Amino acid sequence: MLYSLIGHYSLILGLSVSSLIFFSSIKNFRNNEILDIKIINFSFLQLFLVIISFFALVLSFIYSDFSNETVFNNSHTTKPLFYKISGTWGNHEGSLLLWLLVLNLFIFVFLIKSKNLLKKYRILTVLFQQIIIIGFFVFLLSSSSPFNYIFPIPEEGLGLNPILQDPALAIHPPILYLGYVGSSIIFSSVLAATVLKYVSKTWAIHIKSWVLTSWIFLTLGILLGSIWAYYELGWGGFWFWDPVENVSLMPWLALTTLMHCILVLEKRSTLKSWVIILSITTFTLSMSGTFLVRSGILNSVHTFANDPERGLFILTFLFILIFISLFVFFVFHKSEKQDSMLFSLLSKETSILINNWFMMYFLSVVLIGTVYPIFLQVISSEQISIGPPFYHKLIVPFLIPFLIFMAIGPRLKWIKSKLDKKMSLVVLFVISILISFLILKNLSANFLINTILVGSAFYLFLMTTRDFFSKTNKNISQNLSHFGFSLLILSILFNNIFSKEVITNLKVGEKFYGEKFQIEFSDLKKFEKQNFISFKGFLLVTEQGVKNEFNPELRVYNQPNIITSEADILTTFWTDKFITMNTLQNEEYFNIRYQVKPFMLWIWVSVLLISLGGSISLFNRKIK
Amino acid sequence: MYGRKVKFRFFFIILILLSLILSVFLVLKSLEENVIFFKSPSEVKFLEEVKNKKIRIGGMVKLDSIEMSSDEVNFIITDFKNEINVSYSGVVPNLFSEGKGVVAEGYLKDRIFFEASKILAKHDENYMPPEVKAALEEN
Repeated sequence: MLYSLIGHYSLILGLSVSSLIFFSSIKNFRNNEILDIKIINFSFLQLFLVIISFFALVLSFIYSDFSNETVFNNSHTTKPLFYKISGTWGNHEGSLLLWLLVLNLFIFVFLIKSKNLLKKYRILTVLFQQIIIIGFFVFLLSSSSPFNYIFPIPEEGLGLNPILQDPALAIHPPILYLGYVGSSIIFSSVLAATVLKYVSKTWAIHIKSWVLTSWIFLTLGILLGSIWAYYELGWGGFWFWDPVENVSLMPWLALTTLMHCILVLEKRSTLKSWVIILSITTFTLSMSGTFLVRSGILNSVHTFANDPERGLFILTFLFILIFISLFVFFVFHKSEKQDSMLFSLLSKETSILINNWFMMYFLSVVLIGTVYPIFLQVISSEQISIGPPFYHKLIVPFLIPFLIFMAIGPRLKWIKSKLDKKMSLVVLFVISILISFLILKNLSANFLINTILVGSAFYLFLMTTRDFFSKTNKNISQNLSHFGFSLLILSILFNNIFSKEVITNLKVGEKFYGEKFQIEFSDLKKFEKQNFISFKGFLLVTEQGVKNEFNPELRVYNQPNIITSEADILTTFWTDKFITMNTLQNEEYFNIRYQVKPFMLWIWVSVLLISLGGSISLFNRKIK
Repeated sequence: MYGRKVKFRFFFIILILLSLILSVFLVLKSLEENVIFFKSPSEVKFLEEVKNKKIRIGGMVKLDSIEMSSDEVNFIITDFKNEINVSYSGVVPNLFSEGKGVVAEGYLKDRIFFEASKILAKHDENYMPPEVKAALEEN
């Protein structure tokens, strides 16, 4: 009760601080040469107020204060403390408050870190960021306040959806938001820089840290979500081309493109318009992702409420932001003639443009696959869905040239370049195809495309591995990320090609005899836990003489009353063995699914390597 | 004669246009092949012809209709006007039960028999797929 009041009023105060920031910024913009310290102070004050508000909500959750509507809807007294806390951002209102918190945090960090830059640029960035911040304040206070009061006070809360009660998912939203909201700084700053014609080498060097930071967090955020989906949803896959996954992949693709493009701006001060467009696109995609997920248009575990008013608000807000950015772009941005396109066909610039082309192609495929069903439903009320084959057909063939270009591109020089040691490039490629042929020679289906695909991935793998030992190679971060990417594609391919599975219905005590596996369902035991009852299955899987015992679980949660399946996974260096057990009401049969998934661990490791590459680059900049 | 720069730019624009046309063509073709339509049992009944194309069928699982054996689950999807028999072998989501909403994906054998290859899992006991809700409300 008290916490809700504190939280609510600090939000209102926080919003009013915005007007102070606006006022002092505009005054400072014309008059002084140096940045008014008041702007920094006010920004800190605003950040502080939002932090208070956020902690008020966290405390309401910890103390299970059910007079607060958000807590009532999403918490329960028997929930473990850790999930009470993570429940704070496991719902619509709380997650928006977290967005706001990160928005404020980032602009404050930006102000502190940008001391050497143009004063007008810093102020304008703050102003553009304030527009976004105000939007979120108004959204929170008007239609999705986390501090609504209910009377009479309920005895008990409704509880958090059990599949969200999970360590990976507890930290997934904050990490992902750091990535999403990091792109807001890129957005504000690119608008400011465009207005002041400041899109230059200095600006590129400065903004690259922000691009890297949000890219690293976005990558890790997506990774966490993917790992969670793998073990918790029990499908044994890591990516389902579900619309909610796609909306996080789209900003990632745009951000990755931007990261490559900013290199060109930094080294050659060209491609300015393209950098501006990409920065705007990235943030727009992050915002539309939030809109699509939160408005209930896409239905999934992320959809907290089907409230059209909220969707409408985000949509309007999104249009305002797009309008502002288009206005700024077309009014202030004049393309410069002097240095445009002065590079030869064989150069680093060209290779980055090729990378951009592929990334934009992948982005459009994902965008169309995600938006087309919504679009069709609106205009013709025909309901359709687009499955994984759509994405696979359109993306997989293009991976082959993409991987080959990725292997060769980084060894080209700026402006004009020659390919040295052409022989070794060709020889390595032949070796890669040979390796892939040897590995896949017993494969019957899609032999040709798989061989070429695995071969190209091996090519990138060998080239990047060789670069680790090359003395002329200075760019360890790029090397590591590209190496990670080759590992990722290889693992995904092997995972797809060599996965095995068996699905069967068994009663307790029964045995399944398959061609490759034997499964014995020996026992089922019941355990009482803090907020659920667990039924543990005891299954013995025999595969080529090797016996493994698995204990998949069925959990019956008390509040909300939901049954979930917990997979039992045996992770080893090369393969994951994955078993899930499902039940049907009033049936003696249990639905058992056993899967062997090779290289699962390496999918996660390679994504970690990719983001580690980014971190090294960021860290190196800090030292310099 | 045009200068080198103009030529380069011309070449560049042609390249972009070509790749654009190519990707639009590919995307449209792939869309046509891979779109999965959603139907209710009533809509299935009035289909003009049963095509060999993947579709989704949504509705309620009819009470007392689930039959389970060691390798198959059989049940009936109803929208309270028409029914369709479904046979399925695969993973059954925990929230799949009689009297609840369901979406099954697969192929129609004829107008009253459906072979499902996937049953879509939803994660909330109060949840009803919007398609199902709409289909039920229409009737």
